[in-house]
Amino acid sequence: MKVSRRDFVKAQAASAAAVAAGISLPSQATNLITKTSDTEIHWDKAPCRFCGTGCSVLVGTKNGKIVATQGDPESPVNKGLNCVKGYFLSKIMYGKDRLKTPMLRMTDGKFDKNGEFAPITWDQAFDIMAEKWKAAIAKTRNSDEMPPVGMFGSGQWTVFEGYAAVKLMKAGFRTNHIDPNARHCMASAVGGFMRTFGIDEPMGCYDDLEKADAFVLWGSNMAEMHPILWTRLSDRALSAPEVEVAVLSTYKHRSFELATNGMVFTPQTDLAIMNYIAHYIIESGNVNHDFVEKHTNFRRGTTDIGYGLRPEHPLEQAAANPGKGSSTPMTFDEFAEFVSEYTLEYTVELSGVPAENLLRLAKLYADPKINVVSYWTMGFNQHTRGVWANNMCYNIHLLTGKISKPGCGPFSLTGQPSACGTAREVGTFSHRLPADLLVKKKEHRDVAEKIWKLPEGAVPAKNGYHAVLQNRMLKDGKLNVYWTMCNNNVQTAANINEEVLPGYRNPEAFIVCSDPYPTVTAQASDLVLPTAMWTEKEGAFGNAERRTQFWYQQVPASEGSKSDLWQMVEFSKRFKVEEVWSDELLAKSPQYRGKTLYDILYRNGQVDAYPKSDFKGRMNDEMDDFGFYLQKGLFEEYASFGRGHGHDLAPFDTYHQVRGLRWPVVNGKETLWRFREGSDPYVEKGSEYQFYGKKDKKAIIFALPYEPAAESPDEEYDLWLCTGRVLEHWHSGTMTRRVPELYRAFPDAVVFIHPDDAKARGLRRGDEVKVISRRGEMNSRIETRGRNRVPKGLVFIPFFDAKQLVNRLTLDATDPLSKETDYKKCAIKIEKV
Amino acid sequence: MKKLLISSALLFSIQALSFNPALAADGDVTSLRSQSLEVQDPPEKLKNYPKENLDLRINYVQQPPLIPHHIRNYEVDRKTNKCLTCHSFKNYKRYGATKISVTHFLDRDGKALSDVSPRRYFCLQCHVPQVKAQPLIENTFEPTGALAK
Repeated sequence: MKVSRRDFVKAQAASAAAVAAGISLPSQATNLITKTSDTEIHWDKAPCRFCGTGCSVLVGTKNGKIVATQGDPESPVNKGLNCVKGYFLSKIMYGKDRLKTPMLRMTDGKFDKNGEFAPITWDQAFDIMAEKWKAAIAKTRNSDEMPPVGMFGSGQWTVFEGYAAVKLMKAGFRTNHIDPNARHCMASAVGGFMRTFGIDEPMGCYDDLEKADAFVLWGSNMAEMHPILWTRLSDRALSAPEVEVAVLSTYKHRSFELATNGMVFTPQTDLAIMNYIAHYIIESGNVNHDFVEKHTNFRRGTTDIGYGLRPEHPLEQAAANPGKGSSTPMTFDEFAEFVSEYTLEYTVELSGVPAENLLRLAKLYADPKINVVSYWTMGFNQHTRGVWANNMCYNIHLLTGKISKPGCGPFSLTGQPSACGTAREVGTFSHRLPADLLVKKKEHRDVAEKIWKLPEGAVPAKNGYHAVLQNRMLKDGKLNVYWTMCNNNVQTAANINEEVLPGYRNPEAFIVCSDPYPTVTAQASDLVLPTAMWTEKEGAFGNAERRTQFWYQQVPASEGSKSDLWQMVEFSKRFKVEEVWSDELLAKSPQYRGKTLYDILYRNGQVDAYPKSDFKGRMNDEMDDFGFYLQKGLFEEYASFGRGHGHDLAPFDTYHQVRGLRWPVVNGKETLWRFREGSDPYVEKGSEYQFYGKKDKKAIIFALPYEPAAESPDEEYDLWLCTGRVLEHWHSGTMTRRVPELYRAFPDAVVFIHPDDAKARGLRRGDEVKVISRRGEMNSRIETRGRNRVPKGLVFIPFFDAKQLVNRLTLDATDPLSKETDYKKCAIKIEKV
Repeated sequence: MKKLLISSALLFSIQALSFNPALAADGDVTSLRSQSLEVQDPPEKLKNYPKENLDLRINYVQQPPLIPHHIRNYEVDRKTNKCLTCHSFKNYKRYGATKISVTHFLDRDGKALSDVSPRRYFCLQCHVPQVKAQPLIENTFEPTGALAK
């Protein structure tokens, strides 16, 4: 019944009059529902589904559906706040086009790569998958080669899913061709950590936000991309007017609203700016020599390392040392001489940033009294010198000893909710195993094989294909079956026209895509599997400050959907080990003959060690199906990799009770600042600092130069293209654009362009344009106003819009060390349509 | 270099043709593109935020209200906050604006301050204006209790 305000007022007036007159009028009900069962909402915690901040959310459910969400007041991360995306989490699972059944491209009832999608059962889906997988594996089963079987996973996978995937691929199918989409996001940060410190992930934590005197944002638009951290930074900066906020970017964005020193620099020259700062610290006599002598080594990095393109590309041919990450020892004096080239004048000329701004920035780092935190995200990581950029930022903090202290340190932020937890800690990369172990190292493989109860030699010794290489190998016919889960790579991988689409549509390739929704990637695949998401399953994420957070399944899975975890574990039942492992390996482990991969990987006495009675939540579909508490078993086996080795995780059950804990968790205590005595239990007494990822416990300061971008504007392609996100849409928009409020807040992608650049091309705001690169073109409309103010010569285009595939334009140049794509720099031109 | 560019352009067009047929028929899997992958979509016209947009509802108690008007040229930076000129406790009556919630006076530890907490200073992190447009995809979320339709 619809009651207008006027009717309501009239009714109120009537009843007031009636009461006054002593008459009782028939009333529909009191205006308050008093029956508890009608108003009660069941509340439970879950980490947010979106960015790497790791906010905790309270999820309200009723009758098997989410009816409300709100910020979790008990969470130390967000203390009751959410950003606009977080506040609308309640709607992300309810887009009407949720996939309900597996869909296979078929003609006349049979799989046909060129056929139309038609519904099939889960059983039929696994039948065709098993057939394709077995054919691919048979090609190499008794050779030294890894089978042409690949998987593209996710920093949005739960920890359990990532771990189950690593086991299935590296131990089950014996291929290292598994990589997460986190490769596109923070592989350079991983590379930087490993190279400088020998151990992954930030030493500091979010508590720095309340304690710092100065913040420097390097290629991070925290205001839009990590909004809750931005609330904490704003809180500190606006409460204490002396706090400096330096913001560096290639265009002005919302984070500049709070900046005391905003700097727009020419793309790629961040490298020069960091060397200038190192030079300034040395020249001004502000090196913390005591710290530097005790805790660091200096090394000269190999230069001219290419751009991670295909080897035959002219840029790779021209490079002296393509892909080389080697270095040689050097002295402090040699390092000082190396950076002395980066004078203020030279850096101003290169970067376009005024001298007074650069000097003001350098002084923040140099002044021993100022506690400074550096934050970065994709500006550093999606960079053809991304590992270098990370190394160079560490240089600055190490030279001054401004590290691992409250309010002081370098901090790499992540883009996905479990980029740290699942991609990095679990080791879903093509070169990794759990807890920072590497597939290339015999002693590391030994550890994994022992924990997994596998014969020696089970895990392949070679690095697998990384994300970008997977697409190239699909196209070249070297990767024949491919499972993509929990990501949307056809929209988000670079150079989709030349590499990704030809790869997915290669007749030699069979592509499976698991997703809750029909994505662009699903559209380019051969088999699509409907997938349960977020609180439709039990999960664990690890955020950017090393905080591991758990949640229970809170609603039944959407019709026909199954979690990624169920899909992988169920699929493993389809393989007899004889069909997968080599005869030689089987001979070493006769006890496994006749068993399935499911038996060997998930019923190994460890993963299936925990009975249903250990479960304290309301529902768990995987447990019901497999008959044991799968998530607990996977977690406890996984945690045994890191316990006692600097990656200690608390017992499984603890995480269901707390709002996350930051590892290493030793004797029940989390670690806030690593590598410093008194704060990190792994640092020995009397040592002050120990960077124990390295054998001699010293971090490395690297001498690395500025080198140009892979592609820069020229006469024909005269503009830089920078791609990225907006606050309202998370990544490729598959969830957020199905929430009407978020869609209406930022409906379609636009080309942010400087008004003068628009005018010079005869364009006005809203005009349709063709954006053209050497690799493809895209139609869009120009925007000369709004939240992003780009400089002349550069345009910014968000990548969330499935109708505007900006990655038709981007170049698949990567950092040659981290293999992460540079989505921030390529050359384009714009024409009026 | 130039030669290489020409050849790679040629290569591209051949590839574009070669995967054409496979993508022509996507059946029921259409994604938010609503058409196949090799076709360029005509870009949507810029949608404007209407001057007044009062038809906005709350879906659950803790949902931040949507902004019922456009915010063109609204400045919010460390010196000025245009939103608070009308929505602050001091000014809301004068402008007939919605008063900001009392929750905005709480600091991180839940202690009430005498003015808006700086952590709430950037309004657009939670409150967003809305263009007039049909949802891209219908959403089946249903509010409950007092907020139900």
